[in-house]
Amino acid sequence: MSAARTENASVLSHALKDALLASIVAFGLFILLLGFLIGDARGGMGLTQRPALLASVIGIVFVGRFLISLLYYNAPALRAALTRAWTAILDLATQYKTALVLLVVAIAIGWIFFAPAQWPLVVMLVATLLVGISLGFSAAFLVFAILFPVAFYDNPYYLGIAIIVLTYVMLGWGLNIVVGLAGLLDLGYVAFYAVGAYSYAIIAQMYGWSFWACLPLAGLFAAFFGILLGFPVLRLRGDYLAIVTLAFGEIVRIVLLNWVSFTNGPNGIGSIPRASFFGIPFNAEENGFAATFGLEFDPTHRTVFLFYLILALALITNWVTLRLRKLPVGRAWEALREDEIAVRSLGINPTNTKLTAFAIGAMFGGFAGAFFATRQGFISPDSFTFPESALILAIVVLGGMGSQIGVAIAATVMTASFELFREFEQFRLVIFGFAMVGIMVWRPRGLISTREPTAYLKERKTISVEHVAEGRG
Amino acid sequence: MEYFLQQLINGLALGSIYGLVAIGYTMVYGIIGMINFAHGDIFMVGAFIALIAFLILIAIGITAVPLALFLVLLIAMLLTSLYGWAVERIAYRPLRGSFRLAPLISAIGMSIVLQNYVQLAQGARVKTLPPLITGVHTLLDLGNRFVVQISNIQILIIVTTFALMTGFSWLVSSTSLGRDMRACEQDLKMAALLGVDTNRTISLTFLIGAALASVAGIMYLLYYGVIDFHIGFVAGVKAFTAAVLGGIGSLPGAMLGGLLIGLIETYWSAYFSVQYKDVAAFSILIIVLIFMPTGILGRPEVEKV
Repeated sequence: MSAARTENASVLSHALKDALLASIVAFGLFILLLGFLIGDARGGMGLTQRPALLASVIGIVFVGRFLISLLYYNAPALRAALTRAWTAILDLATQYKTALVLLVVAIAIGWIFFAPAQWPLVVMLVATLLVGISLGFSAAFLVFAILFPVAFYDNPYYLGIAIIVLTYVMLGWGLNIVVGLAGLLDLGYVAFYAVGAYSYAIIAQMYGWSFWACLPLAGLFAAFFGILLGFPVLRLRGDYLAIVTLAFGEIVRIVLLNWVSFTNGPNGIGSIPRASFFGIPFNAEENGFAATFGLEFDPTHRTVFLFYLILALALITNWVTLRLRKLPVGRAWEALREDEIAVRSLGINPTNTKLTAFAIGAMFGGFAGAFFATRQGFISPDSFTFPESALILAIVVLGGMGSQIGVAIAATVMTASFELFREFEQFRLVIFGFAMVGIMVWRPRGLISTREPTAYLKERKTISVEHVAEGRG
Repeated sequence: MEYFLQQLINGLALGSIYGLVAIGYTMVYGIIGMINFAHGDIFMVGAFIALIAFLILIAIGITAVPLALFLVLLIAMLLTSLYGWAVERIAYRPLRGSFRLAPLISAIGMSIVLQNYVQLAQGARVKTLPPLITGVHTLLDLGNRFVVQISNIQILIIVTTFALMTGFSWLVSSTSLGRDMRACEQDLKMAALLGVDTNRTISLTFLIGAALASVAGIMYLLYYGVIDFHIGFVAGVKAFTAAVLGGIGSLPGAMLGGLLIGLIETYWSAYFSVQYKDVAAFSILIIVLIFMPTGILGRPEVEKV
């Protein structure tokens, strides 16, 4: 009894000590940068004091660190309780699967009965749930995506966000080939996105080619740039490669910014031709989409079309990746990620292997870029800055390098929350930076999903593959 | 000719700043073999801390330039090194022994955090410092169009940099901390086995690197008078280029590389085009890594299985 009390007291005093130390450090860190605000030309020179802000931030640090320490010292009991609760929920769910399905259907029927106008939404949710229960998570995700425009046909804002989300899903899948499968850290992926976007914009404007003729060209150009970058630098080690790709991305952006006669510089390229429905434009004219199919003209037609277009492009990316992973080149990528020296000693040419990864990843980046250009109708170098590369990389990292469904979920969660909380731009970027750090610290193989190599020797290994990758082999 | 000499002086001043930042990259790379991507942003944080410290000193009436400068150096080095320590503690230490790309990704995250934190705390607009140190000396006047001049700030930058470099080289070569650092650089595990407190040594390395970066930040602030939250990114990549060019892991190499990058950038802007000066620096990075991956003064790296 008394022993337990002393233990509690010592936990408490430890936590208090931790919290006090943390707030002293926080005071040192924040005293100048948060305690004072530098005036600028518009707000008047000099300093403004912000003691309240400083005090509240330090208070948050104190309380936060105190709670974390308490949790940390009581971690084993807490973890056990959480695990028990989770298994209990899972057990219940499997036991009453049929009842759950019936309950969902009943709720859905009731919902439609009371709010008939919302039937598309209900249909989408029910279909997603049922497919999810019977076929698993990926299938549910796909059904949700396919039915999304049906449910939100009247809401162009959500459709717009969904298109952006899918663009990032595609970019994430494209980069996943390079980073996740081949293990090459590419910090300049946005350069290929930019090459795709500018090739479409310039070709379409100069030669009047249609989107469908330009799309493969944009991919080709991007792949060409991937090889161009790849040839000289792929002999470099992981982190050097990262910095060089970063430099390459910046060079592409600076050239786009300064080559005014070709790219129109910082003003960007405007009035880029819109994608047509295989030659039928989306307008109110006689030969437009609506008139051809006997519908009433509605600008949402184009949005829905763009939605399905990017969905198809993303699914193609996914499909190609899944197929490639079963081919020798895909196996070589994964082997390269796990251990480059072993790959080399087995007679696989690492340079060619890396080049194909770079070129294919870049090609999908180019496709996404062409789509971006046709959706926006306007592009400028501002859209292709380093933070964009970092965002795509973060999607791949958070999703679990190499895992397709993980990347899709990460892209959805991140871009959707980014779009919905647009006002808190800097806050969300700070959080997103910390998330990258946190993932590396706690779940270096990805938060959402982890992916082991497709094929590896399961027997007679002294150390697991995971440990080799972590440098302990 | 005068123009050339003038650019030489400008280039040396700029190169000194890059050199100071490059030391941080090269030391960290030498010891734990990672690229501290957030180091450029530590430089930016140092510049902001220095600016606030200057303004506080002006507000409380300390206007004597040497005293103010000394106090600002002290404050900025202290507080910025705290940032260096915190970054290492939060983002890098838990990753020791993780897979090889983990620290780099974590560093990119930290760089994003620092940039947006400063933007949140101080706003996105550029901040200015009225010129504190004025005065120029004419070195050469042949009666042509150009006169070769060196400003007091440039003298200050070059002298401070070389003083710090000398002090730092002494620290690495002749103190027990320096010996620990060199031991960790050669073999972290072995150093730990032989009783070197590796965690402490690595922390101190980050502290010192951040302190030097903050001095670079002060010099940048005094030289240009204008800073914003974004200066760390480009300066960081260039300083990294300098470290690679000089041979990563080598201290004199970092300084030499910094000076070279400063000179190349200045001459490129002077004789070719200002718009493409960053392209010049980045291209050098790529070219050096391809043809001379060990840099000018670096040792060849042996890849071990």
